[in-house]
Amino acid sequence: MSAAEITDPYDITAKSNNLGRRRRTQQLVSVLALLSALFAVFILALVLGTVLYKGLSQLSLDFLTKSSALFGQTGGIADALVGSAIIVGMATIMAVPIAILVAIYIAEYAGPKAASFFRVMLDILNGVPAILVGIFIYGLLVVGHGQSAIYGAMALAILMIPMVARATQEVLELVPRHLREASLALGVPRWRTVYSIVLPTAIGGILTGAVIAIARVAGETAPLIFTSSIVTSQGVSLDVHQALATLPVRIFTLSESPSPDDQAAAWAAALILIGFVLVMNILAKYFAGRKRKSLEGV
Amino acid sequence: MSTLTPDPAAPAAIERRGIRLGDVLFKGVAAVAAVGVAAILALLTYKIFALAWPAMQEFGLSFIWSQDWNPTTNVYGALVFIYGTIVTSFIALLLATPLSIAIALFLTELAPKRLASPIATMVELLAAIPSVVLGLWGILVFGPWIAQHLEPWLQSWFGFLPIFSGDPSQAGVLPAALVLTIMIIPITSAICRELFSRVPRDLTDGSLALGSTRWEAIRRVAIPYAAPGISAAVLLGLGRAFGEAIAVTQVIGSGNQINRSLFPPGDTLASRIASTYQGAGSNIEVQSLLYLGAILLVISLITNVSAQVIVNKFQKARRMSTG
Repeated sequence: MSAAEITDPYDITAKSNNLGRRRRTQQLVSVLALLSALFAVFILALVLGTVLYKGLSQLSLDFLTKSSALFGQTGGIADALVGSAIIVGMATIMAVPIAILVAIYIAEYAGPKAASFFRVMLDILNGVPAILVGIFIYGLLVVGHGQSAIYGAMALAILMIPMVARATQEVLELVPRHLREASLALGVPRWRTVYSIVLPTAIGGILTGAVIAIARVAGETAPLIFTSSIVTSQGVSLDVHQALATLPVRIFTLSESPSPDDQAAAWAAALILIGFVLVMNILAKYFAGRKRKSLEGV
Repeated sequence: MSTLTPDPAAPAAIERRGIRLGDVLFKGVAAVAAVGVAAILALLTYKIFALAWPAMQEFGLSFIWSQDWNPTTNVYGALVFIYGTIVTSFIALLLATPLSIAIALFLTELAPKRLASPIATMVELLAAIPSVVLGLWGILVFGPWIAQHLEPWLQSWFGFLPIFSGDPSQAGVLPAALVLTIMIIPITSAICRELFSRVPRDLTDGSLALGSTRWEAIRRVAIPYAAPGISAAVLLGLGRAFGEAIAVTQVIGSGNQINRSLFPPGDTLASRIASTYQGAGSNIEVQSLLYLGAILLVISLITNVSAQVIVNKFQKARRMSTG
């Protein structure tokens, strides 16, 4: 290779550009990138496959309808299923309205400076480790009052708010300006415009955000260890003023047990949890599809 | 316009005043919610420091570089856990960053559309696996595999390095770092994917038109364009790794000392809090655990705020350059 030939690496008129070597680099990079993507898919398949394989053999109607036994036999997860449903349900009811209001404030009312301030606040809150949110509720409420499902739900709600609010705010900003202007020009007040025009247009995106947030907090363990893990009641309980058993905390305790029976139960419980999370993700995809349609329709 | 202005005394004007009231109320409620979120963040920071305060007074700043964690003598220090947090997170980062960038490039630039979309969905699903389930897999399947195959293999090839010395172990720093790697790959790769998809087509097309290969266009145009965003993505992944408690608790094995080798058990700030809180005996032990929480909070706030600053600077610069 002479000096004249390498002065301009992009000069395609030059005789030699090391084209062969550059093509080989290109091919090598493509293969490496493909392998990286396949690696991620492989890990997913490995984890899902293991959970399915080990959990399915343990799964039975008894397992789903009986509660945990205190001693001896492993029992079922009915109490944890009910507890998780109650806590995640309460968290959703607390978080979603607040999150939508925050998003409306940012997208519809706040000036550019305030909007960016609250966006950053949400992102920082989103980055606070879940275990610290658990400690926060523990210090604020559990100390003195004892554990309860409500406090667990509050901790999960704090984790949900930034997720739902950010997703909502982003989709609100996608709603075309001319829709709002048309409504305002007809004399409709701003709040009514938001309520009847903007929110319905954005509903697909809001639901996507909410469903993804539910899927994420349903698997959260750390905040519940501090707020709803010392379960005193036996069997299925609906008392939200006491700590309730939950699926993630149950999996966590069972996974630390040396007994093979407990470990088998942990796999089955994990299968239920993953099944729920996957269903929620599919639901989110469906809502995301509706969002695209409703935003394209205008 | 003036001909259209209604008489101030007309009913329309009165109605408009009513309309304003509705707007004021609605805006007020929304603003309260927004301020409330900021208040939660402030209260959370205050509360964690207030809870840890007795331990801070007892041990002072030397808590940070003390290696003891002894419930019988009630002497506590954070160094072992700070070390564990940093080592596991940085190994995870070292492995996850190139993989994430490669996955993002594959999905945006190299893969045919029909292949890209299902693979992207599957990488997203990897993020959806609850950490406690990943930890279960880590403790019962992945850990034993690491102890039986990966660690002996590492030792036979790189045994001269102190980090790969000693006996293989199912629970330890290495399994924790690898589980964290799996957890942050979907996060960083999702952000990188978005960054690469935002690189203006004209720029990469221009490079291709000048005769560069696709990889050269990526390396010389797309990656430099997305670089600040990539560093923010890496920081966000790092923040996630710092704070992960459950999966790490399950696989790291609760070690009480700093080891040069990655094989033996260790502990991170988050995992020590999660594993010890329920069994903590004395008040001062609980307060020391909360002191660990305060350190973790400071570390994750710094990481997250830096990521925000980078993103904001990046967006501002882009806005200026594009118009």
